[in-house]
Amino acid sequence: MNISEQWLREWVSPALATDDLAYQLTMAGLEVESVEPVAGDFSGVTVAEIVSAEQHPDADKLRVCQVDTGAGTVQIVCGAPNARAGLRAPLARVGAALPGGIEIKAATLRGVESQGMLCAGEELGLSDDADGLLELPVDAPLGEDLSQYMSLDDKVIEVDLTPNRADCLGISGIAREVALLNDMPITPPTFDKVAQSISDTLEVELVAADRCPRYVGRVIRGVDVSRPSPLWMREKLRRSGVRSIDPVVDVTNYILLELGQPMHAFDHGKLQGGIIVRTANEGESLELLDGQTIEFKPDTLLITDHSGPVALAGIMGGQPTAVGAETTDIFLEAAFFTPQLMAGKARGYGLHTDSSHRFERGVDFKLQVEAIERASQLLLGIVGGAAGPITEVVSEADLPPRPAVTLRAQRIKKMLGFELEAAEVERILTGLGLGVTATSEGWVCAVPSWRFDIAIEADLLEELARIYGYNRLPVTHIRADLVMPARPETNVSQRYLGRHLSARGYREAITYSFVDPKLQRVFDPDITPVALTNPISADMAVMRTSLLPGLVSAVLRNVNRQQPRVRLFETGLRFVPEAEGLQQVPTLAMVATGQRFAESWSQTSVAGDYFDLKGDLESLLALTRRAGSFDFTATQRAALHPGQTASISQSGREVGYIGALHPVVVTDTGLNEPLYVAEIDLNVALDGLLPGYTELSKFPEVRRDLAVVVDKTVPGMELMQCVRNAAGPYLTDLRLFDVYEGKGIDPKRKSLALGLTFRDQSRTLSVEDVNTAIDQVVDLLGKNYKAELRN
Amino acid sequence: MENLEPLAEQARAAIHAAEDGPALEQLRVDYLGKKGQVTALLKGLGKLAPQERPKAGALINVVKQELQDLIGERKAALDAAAVNARLADETIDVSLPGRGQSTGGIHPVTRTKERIEDFFAAIGFDVVEGPEIEDDYHNFEALNIPAHHPARAMHDTFYVDETTVLRTHTSPVQVRVMESQSPPLRIICPGRVYRCDSDLTHTPMFHQVEGLLIDENSSFADLKGVVEEFVRVFFERELEVRFRPSYFPFTEPSAEVDIQCVNCGGDGCRVCSQTGWLEIMGCGMVHPRVFEYSNIDTERYSGFAFGMGVERLAMLRYGVNDLRLFFDNDLRFLEQF
Repeated sequence: MNISEQWLREWVSPALATDDLAYQLTMAGLEVESVEPVAGDFSGVTVAEIVSAEQHPDADKLRVCQVDTGAGTVQIVCGAPNARAGLRAPLARVGAALPGGIEIKAATLRGVESQGMLCAGEELGLSDDADGLLELPVDAPLGEDLSQYMSLDDKVIEVDLTPNRADCLGISGIAREVALLNDMPITPPTFDKVAQSISDTLEVELVAADRCPRYVGRVIRGVDVSRPSPLWMREKLRRSGVRSIDPVVDVTNYILLELGQPMHAFDHGKLQGGIIVRTANEGESLELLDGQTIEFKPDTLLITDHSGPVALAGIMGGQPTAVGAETTDIFLEAAFFTPQLMAGKARGYGLHTDSSHRFERGVDFKLQVEAIERASQLLLGIVGGAAGPITEVVSEADLPPRPAVTLRAQRIKKMLGFELEAAEVERILTGLGLGVTATSEGWVCAVPSWRFDIAIEADLLEELARIYGYNRLPVTHIRADLVMPARPETNVSQRYLGRHLSARGYREAITYSFVDPKLQRVFDPDITPVALTNPISADMAVMRTSLLPGLVSAVLRNVNRQQPRVRLFETGLRFVPEAEGLQQVPTLAMVATGQRFAESWSQTSVAGDYFDLKGDLESLLALTRRAGSFDFTATQRAALHPGQTASISQSGREVGYIGALHPVVVTDTGLNEPLYVAEIDLNVALDGLLPGYTELSKFPEVRRDLAVVVDKTVPGMELMQCVRNAAGPYLTDLRLFDVYEGKGIDPKRKSLALGLTFRDQSRTLSVEDVNTAIDQVVDLLGKNYKAELRN
Repeated sequence: MENLEPLAEQARAAIHAAEDGPALEQLRVDYLGKKGQVTALLKGLGKLAPQERPKAGALINVVKQELQDLIGERKAALDAAAVNARLADETIDVSLPGRGQSTGGIHPVTRTKERIEDFFAAIGFDVVEGPEIEDDYHNFEALNIPAHHPARAMHDTFYVDETTVLRTHTSPVQVRVMESQSPPLRIICPGRVYRCDSDLTHTPMFHQVEGLLIDENSSFADLKGVVEEFVRVFFERELEVRFRPSYFPFTEPSAEVDIQCVNCGGDGCRVCSQTGWLEIMGCGMVHPRVFEYSNIDTERYSGFAFGMGVERLAMLRYGVNDLRLFFDNDLRFLEQF
């Protein structure tokens, strides 16, 4: 909310500079976003009157004006369309300085002398209107300094209010806070109520009294809406960020800004019969003041007359009954609408107005009569007319309850950490408008009608802390029993994984959890991903079922920025819809493209491949001490190379996969080089085994190497498992140290060279022991894989 | 005997001229071996007159000893030269870069998140995580934000369906912990959160760390203490901290925490929008209604909660000036951490 400092100071004026006042508001929870001057920085601008305006002899759009400065006449050449004799407007005399460092000098415009410049509002930083001269009232004193005349020595204080502080959505509310913070009284404007000079009333019926417990109205006849709102009122509205429309609307807006009470004025002549406040019937609609016609949902509260809807209650008035140039009689409305029942209604129609903003948060429910009185007084002072009696319809039972709230002194100590003197407690609460009664344990407080955020003890504690000052509250260190937390040793730390991958050359990436549905489909065509109903953009519309779409995009971005070698990893959730419900699976993914090693003098350049990534992944899995429990078996997966992809499983459960991106996908995504990818259930990588000691053997080990020739289709890992099974208890290590295909071997077969290490705990193995084991291995490999020993 | 000195002279020259071990060995055999020339002179002593023998023998032995020493010295010199030659040959350019895999690194958000976790873990907070697709109840209702509450407008929520959202904060994790564990509680909840907002200073996904402490006598003064300590250890500087009243439906009293601008020291600059202050977290005493949702006795227990944006802290700590860089995953950016 924007407030004029001058306006606020009419209510309460502490001896504080603007910045200090703003700081005080901020530190009381009314955050000041900005403090801006109400006009541009100018000097030497005075009130002047155009005495005559003649067409410039040589320029169609210019006029030559004789201008009365109050101390003589000067000639001004002016291009404004509204330059006319009799108009009073700001004059920047020769020597004046305008915003933006413009200095006014005498000039000759197409051969005619000009002794200064008549100014538009925009040129003085007073409005956005650049179309014509700023029109000043006819009684503006000639020659007076404009800043002084318009009281421009003022600041706009923009306060960013939190939703609980509806009571501060008006000058009166902010003034109440400022008065308490400075321990001084508040001085609201005093005015005489208008005399009731006619007896006209409009009957008001509250059908939906739960939503509208109070409705106050008044008929005013014989108004002249052609009269302009006074400059001071237009200026206050402008400084509050509200445009001046006509005197009736201006007055209702003025009350909204001053007291926080939204009001509406109907053209009385266009209302049919009395006012009925009720919810919408099926099919009812209304053209609103903003020009759009709305068909109402059944749960909508309306102001209706006997012919149908005339206003969307508390949100916006209707066009058909709006006050216009021909209006002579008006009906003023000030109502209270129940906040909880107003909540979300405006948004339901895509609307948000100053009125709905206040009603949703809570308007003082005792304010309506006062608001009508104040509006009547202002209005009659501008447009004249005769006021009828005030009609007030109220359903007391439906007004917001204000149960007393108990505050215990000991809770102040417990929650705020210090004891606040009773006198100070009472000063603060009373200053906020609460009725305070001391009891043996503390206080019982009556809550004012303007506070919708005080219902429990904690609310009072907050008020005490806020007004006393958060920064004056004590500071302590927490105390607690020191209990050692459980830290299961079998948990591999996720940090450790990150550092491990980092040491192997991978950089951690963080990609968005929502991805492009098209890319998502490439990687997981069989899953319908979780879609957002309101995505930020079409390419961030579904929740990832794999980390790969995001990582592949990240690789591509880097490749496009001349980074041919990219190794990334990411951890995060995948969102997988399954029969038993949505699964949010912690996952680790790695991707690698480009050379095996960064370009270096010491290593020949070799393209990285599947086994580079697999080696990195295996080293990671080895951290669990369960490396042997993972099986890698050839598989096929969408988006991956059919001949270079493995499923990773543990105890028969698939826990991940690794492979090369399908060459077609590589091309389609815009990559040039092969990309290797792996994705694994993070919890599997974190689930370690406790180390267990095995006695070191004192006896020597025996190594035998074996080269066998088998079909190319035989998976090496399976064959090695077979060797382990056949080799007996003395085998302590098995290595595959060579794989050979080519010359000297059947083209359909390959040679695998295995190194077997044997050792026993209790004795030196004999040649026979080892030979027996080797024979068993050769036998079983022959049987299972038609393996032959290579010569 | 008259040829002893010429022989010695000849041997000295030969030893001196020997170029390697084998040549030296050959000289030793030639002069001092069983059939060597010096040995032959000793053998010829018998031909001399008995009174001359001791003197001649002594002279020959002096020469023999001298030659032996010379051979030893020459051998040592040749060995040293050989080692030196090998060392010279093996000399490398030790300034060249080493071989092997280049080192990767941890994302700055993770780095920051881990630092935050460590500070709180050191004073007994447990790290807890939770789901990112969350139900309305845990994300809003149990945090005292009923449907249509104006505070929901502060959240810009992504919806999956009417009752399912992408969590807008990590506070639902706190609710889940309060449902399943009893006080006293000290937890922090780091993780990804989502808001439907994207511009220069907002990304639709970012990271929060929220903390919760519930105990029998925890007060706003404790909250202030924890927050001030955190600011001091995180930024490793003495920065002014101020608590400003604010509003969150799930805490009361609520506060925004501002720190003195780390860039300008409070004078006002681009980073702090000329205010001298930077807003870094929201906090407050847990609202009694939040306790009621989780059946925690509000008379016995009190507690506080706080929440901070990880990217925001990382930007301030490392001087990053564009939030979007964190999710662009440009190696040139990642390599700086």
